[in-house]
Amino acid sequence: MAVSQFPEGDFRAPVPVINPGHSYRSITEKLTGMVLTPHTPLAWFVVMFVGLSLLMGLTMSLTYLLAKGIGIWGNNIPVGWAFDIINFVWWIGIGHAGTLISAILLLFKQDWRTSINRFAEAMTLFAVACAAIFPIFHTGRPWLAAYWLFPYPNTMTLWPNFRSPLIWDVFAVSTYAAVSAIFWFVGLIPDLATFRDRAESPVLKRVYGILALGWRGSARHWFRYETAYLLLAGLSAPLVLSVHTVVSFDFAVAVLPGWHATIFPPYFVAGAIYAGFAMVLTLAIPLRAMYKLHDYITMRHLENMAKVTLITGLVVVYGYLCEAFYGWYSGNEYERFMLKNRIYYGPYAWTYWMLMLCNFIVPQLLWSKRLRRNLAVVFTVVMFVNVGMWLERFVIIVTSLHRDFLPSSWQMYYPTVWDFMTLFGTIGLFLTLMFVFVRVLPMISIFEMRTLLPEATPKHHPEGEAH
Amino acid sequence: MSHVSSSPGLYGLMAEFDSADDLLVAAERVRRAGFTKTDAYSPFPVHGLAEAIGFREHIIPKLVLGAAIAGMLGGFGLEYWTQVIAYPMNIGGRPFNAWVNFIPPAFETTILFGAFTAALSMIALNGLPQPYHPVWNNPRFSRASQDKFFLAIEASDPKFDLDQTRAFLGGLNAREVVALDE
Repeated sequence: MAVSQFPEGDFRAPVPVINPGHSYRSITEKLTGMVLTPHTPLAWFVVMFVGLSLLMGLTMSLTYLLAKGIGIWGNNIPVGWAFDIINFVWWIGIGHAGTLISAILLLFKQDWRTSINRFAEAMTLFAVACAAIFPIFHTGRPWLAAYWLFPYPNTMTLWPNFRSPLIWDVFAVSTYAAVSAIFWFVGLIPDLATFRDRAESPVLKRVYGILALGWRGSARHWFRYETAYLLLAGLSAPLVLSVHTVVSFDFAVAVLPGWHATIFPPYFVAGAIYAGFAMVLTLAIPLRAMYKLHDYITMRHLENMAKVTLITGLVVVYGYLCEAFYGWYSGNEYERFMLKNRIYYGPYAWTYWMLMLCNFIVPQLLWSKRLRRNLAVVFTVVMFVNVGMWLERFVIIVTSLHRDFLPSSWQMYYPTVWDFMTLFGTIGLFLTLMFVFVRVLPMISIFEMRTLLPEATPKHHPEGEAH
Repeated sequence: MSHVSSSPGLYGLMAEFDSADDLLVAAERVRRAGFTKTDAYSPFPVHGLAEAIGFREHIIPKLVLGAAIAGMLGGFGLEYWTQVIAYPMNIGGRPFNAWVNFIPPAFETTILFGAFTAALSMIALNGLPQPYHPVWNNPRFSRASQDKFFLAIEASDPKFDLDQTRAFLGGLNAREVVALDE
């Protein structure tokens, strides 16, 4: 590794992003060997069993939904938005860490992103796929919904209403899905070429060969590749910030107490990064153990991610404080009622305190370096965060809706078994897609790992060259 | 593959190197010797290699900028046309041309067009997808995506001479120099 200015053992000396003793060959062999092998870890089958079982629940619940209509869900009036939008926002938020790691940390030249960006990007794609299920199926008859979701010349000559945040959301999320997919694929091309060149079975060679598009790794290829990759990162960085901003507009533009607040866009973006890093850690810790990736995903990665989780968690808590302050300072009786109802006398006040436990109290453990380095503790904390971020959306959506302006329309909301089946079903879809990905594609960017080796930075500098 | 081919079916000569440093030095020397139809191959992007083979190109950023502007205008134009001309709807008395509300979708189309242009122009300018290329006639070239470095000089280069160029490449700390069929 690059020589540090600090002596070894000094707490300021950086922990390497790849453990010493590796060569191009050892990196290539380890990272392709995980996929190009007939041997699959037992734990993989266990996760796939769980994932596929939950996925069956998803297909069942969606089939029943299409047969019966969305009346099978617990949504009512006034709680017209419930699990469908809670889960949507939860999944979209989780997706954000992938783009943050791959784009924003690239622009900030954070070399520790390299070992985690590929599977974080895959996580983004799969989380967005899970998220999309909810609004699509909330339309009840998705095949009839196309004309008011997408602007296309239809026989009724109707066009969507672009003054509505809901149509902004369609644009933001579909752009996000498309750009994340292409960013991910571009990142994969050189590694697919490595797979093509290392695969022994002719069928695999052909499949990876087609996907690699004939990549040769020529200096011209790489030059254009790096240009395009940097531009993609530069375009994805504002995109990722815009997506959760637009999602927050779904609420902030409405006049409902508890939704109508200007803090929403930054607060939602911070929440998204918080949830996303928690999910990256949730996946990275078991995958690292399952595939013995300790040399590639070092303590430095895990600690850095834990620190990002802690910091963004504090930003989210600041958002909670602002919300409460705005409610009080507005002097508006509906705002103040919403606040008191949400925090202490409403029927859902317990969810607020659960949220505080999960998102505020438990993550404070990550201040301690000793606890941050204890993976069992980190894993437990991030599981709390995963639940906490779901609860946050429940609190925002359900407690704001169930006490309408008119007391005569007040109602409780109770999710049905179908709501839960769909939620856990998407977790199954996510696990299944994630583990299929880990089995067939490189989950760590191989070519970028090679660039982390000291010999990858040529010592030769062209001197006296007139360029 | 290291047989001597007659010129008509010959693609060129290819040298193999063990390190990025050797490849970079060799690429510099080849360029200074006046060769122009050359290419260097490495398993990861090597800083300075494109300059070393004399390759410069600035088209992708311009294409992306153009596409992003087109995306922005296209997105905004679609919104304006649908909301003001094709299907004006009075919703709460708000103006038809509610340009502030048109910003988020127009922003997204800007990014969408820019990002797809970045990726697709990279692929297209690289000549991909490309099912066949003579470099693969070197059976060791499969290492170019793993741990070895290669430098090729094409036979169509005006300065190319099979024996002299082979000797020249051999003197550049190359592990092996082979002739490639077309």
